[in-house]
Amino acid sequence: MTAYLLKRLIIAALTLVLASMVVFAIMEVLPGDPARLMLGLNASADQVELLRNQMGLNAPLVLRYLHWAGGLLRLDFGRSYTYSVPVIDLVRERVAVSLPLALIALALSTIIAIPVGVFSASRQGRAGDTLAMGAAQLGVAVPNFWFALILIYLFAVWLHLVPAGGFPGWNAGIWPALKSLILPAVALALPQAAILGRVARSALIEVLNEDYIRTARAKGLPYRAVLWRHGLRNAMIPVLTILGLQFAFLLAGTIIIENVFYLPGLGRLIFQAITQRDLIVVESIVMLLVAAVILINLLVDFSYAIVDPRLRGRQ
Amino acid sequence: MTMRFDLPEETLAGVLAKAFSNRSFLIGLAITLLIVAVALISFVWTPYDVTRLVIADKTQAPSWVHWFGTDHFGRDILSMVMVGARNSIAVALVAVGIGMGIGVPLGGLAAARGGLADEALMRVNDLVFAFPALLSAIMITAIFGPGAVNAIIAIGIFNIPVFARVARAGALAIWTREFILAARAAGKGVTRISIEHILPNIATLLLVQGTIQFALGILAEAGLSYVGLGAQPPMPSWGRMLFDAQTRMVTAPWMAIFPGMAIVVTVLGLNLLGDGIADILDPKSRRRR
Repeated sequence: MTAYLLKRLIIAALTLVLASMVVFAIMEVLPGDPARLMLGLNASADQVELLRNQMGLNAPLVLRYLHWAGGLLRLDFGRSYTYSVPVIDLVRERVAVSLPLALIALALSTIIAIPVGVFSASRQGRAGDTLAMGAAQLGVAVPNFWFALILIYLFAVWLHLVPAGGFPGWNAGIWPALKSLILPAVALALPQAAILGRVARSALIEVLNEDYIRTARAKGLPYRAVLWRHGLRNAMIPVLTILGLQFAFLLAGTIIIENVFYLPGLGRLIFQAITQRDLIVVESIVMLLVAAVILINLLVDFSYAIVDPRLRGRQ
Repeated sequence: MTMRFDLPEETLAGVLAKAFSNRSFLIGLAITLLIVAVALISFVWTPYDVTRLVIADKTQAPSWVHWFGTDHFGRDILSMVMVGARNSIAVALVAVGIGMGIGVPLGGLAAARGGLADEALMRVNDLVFAFPALLSAIMITAIFGPGAVNAIIAIGIFNIPVFARVARAGALAIWTREFILAARAAGKGVTRISIEHILPNIATLLLVQGTIQFALGILAEAGLSYVGLGAQPPMPSWGRMLFDAQTRMVTAPWMAIFPGMAIVVTVLGLNLLGDGIADILDPKSRRRR
């Protein structure tokens, strides 16, 4: 198992390094001089040159990359061009909104999808299955931001149950903060749950046709025990794979959904930064999200080893 | 000579008979054709001109005059939904074309050569998968500014590793078959075998993946336009229409309902079509869906 984990770890690290090179290269070819941007149009050429030297912009390309990448490792992203504060300070408070939102949505979609998948697989072809999979087919087709608008209309405008948008901050207390994350999380989670539910169902149906399931039934285990213990566990590999891929979509979805609900998360920050051409903030957030996706997929790889004992013995 | 060994006793008539008894396929095909027809019709006719602003008619509820109502500039929403279909289909279709055009040869190459080429391709795949389409769109927009073309590129880039993976997995399975050995014995080269024998045999896999990516492309385009990274006004796009509707949900909910329904129906149609094709051409998959 150590060899397997080590290989996945090396691949993840390699991907991260390559990704950072891509992001750095893209920001390198962008027009515009950060020093000029910070000093404004009235600054003299000498002033700009001085700041360029201070910011290390005149150093060779490789050195600048190493300096930037080294900073990333220490969570030092540099200073925002427009706000003149460390990027990490801007990012930190936004992550406190985006990360809980993505995690709640991920948990919610799993909690919905697994039971629906099990339900459908155990009633394959019957009315309940047809109904659930019809709903899932519809759920896959619904754009999350449109679903969000409908949820706002129903639960905030019409029923006044939750706020229509905005975020009071975690200092206002856990409940008010959570309350403003409920609708966004549901809007993100349901379309994902539809995809996951379909995968869970098909994986489980595949497994339920295996010989060892018949053996487990033949030795007298009740159907429910077979379904949940033997069936679901063996169906977990495709489910986990999709879960990992979905996290990337969830993060991207978070960026859009935050704009629907006016949540002060990374998504709002990145769009602000784009309009203000605060590129160091853009590249920092992109790197952070890419790192999160890579990390999650690494965790999925690791969890394969936990779910599937065969991988543990493999060299 | 092109040979297909995957469907030995399947005749065209047999496949057609199966197609016409497959409900997913028929409903999906009907919806897809309808949307494509609407998009094509919008080139020659729409109920109203989508570029003309009639402020006196702004935010009117659906009626016999304006079936889907009007927006905050008095534009007819039905006409805008029709023209928006063009944009959605064009972006998603070209993005699938980019993904197939680059991804399939890469995947085929990796399967044919194996070894280092294969390993390199899989690592690049990992890299691209780490950038969700929205993130690459954001970076591309940061460089070139927003626009429909950049949305196409961003979604297209994300499609490349998807098709590379599907093509590679499909091709690997075909390479082990005996008729490939026969082709090699006949002196055919790797490239020729890939094009003449591998490609026709993985075509159905690619077609099914194509409809899935087409549907995902429509969703992605809508998302990008919604946050202002896709098609720019005055070109109507479904995502942009939803953005305009957002602040008017209370007073003019129809502004949000109809473009949203257009997206749902289109994506649903494409997904049903994909499921249907998979069922017809690979009966084993019926069990799994």
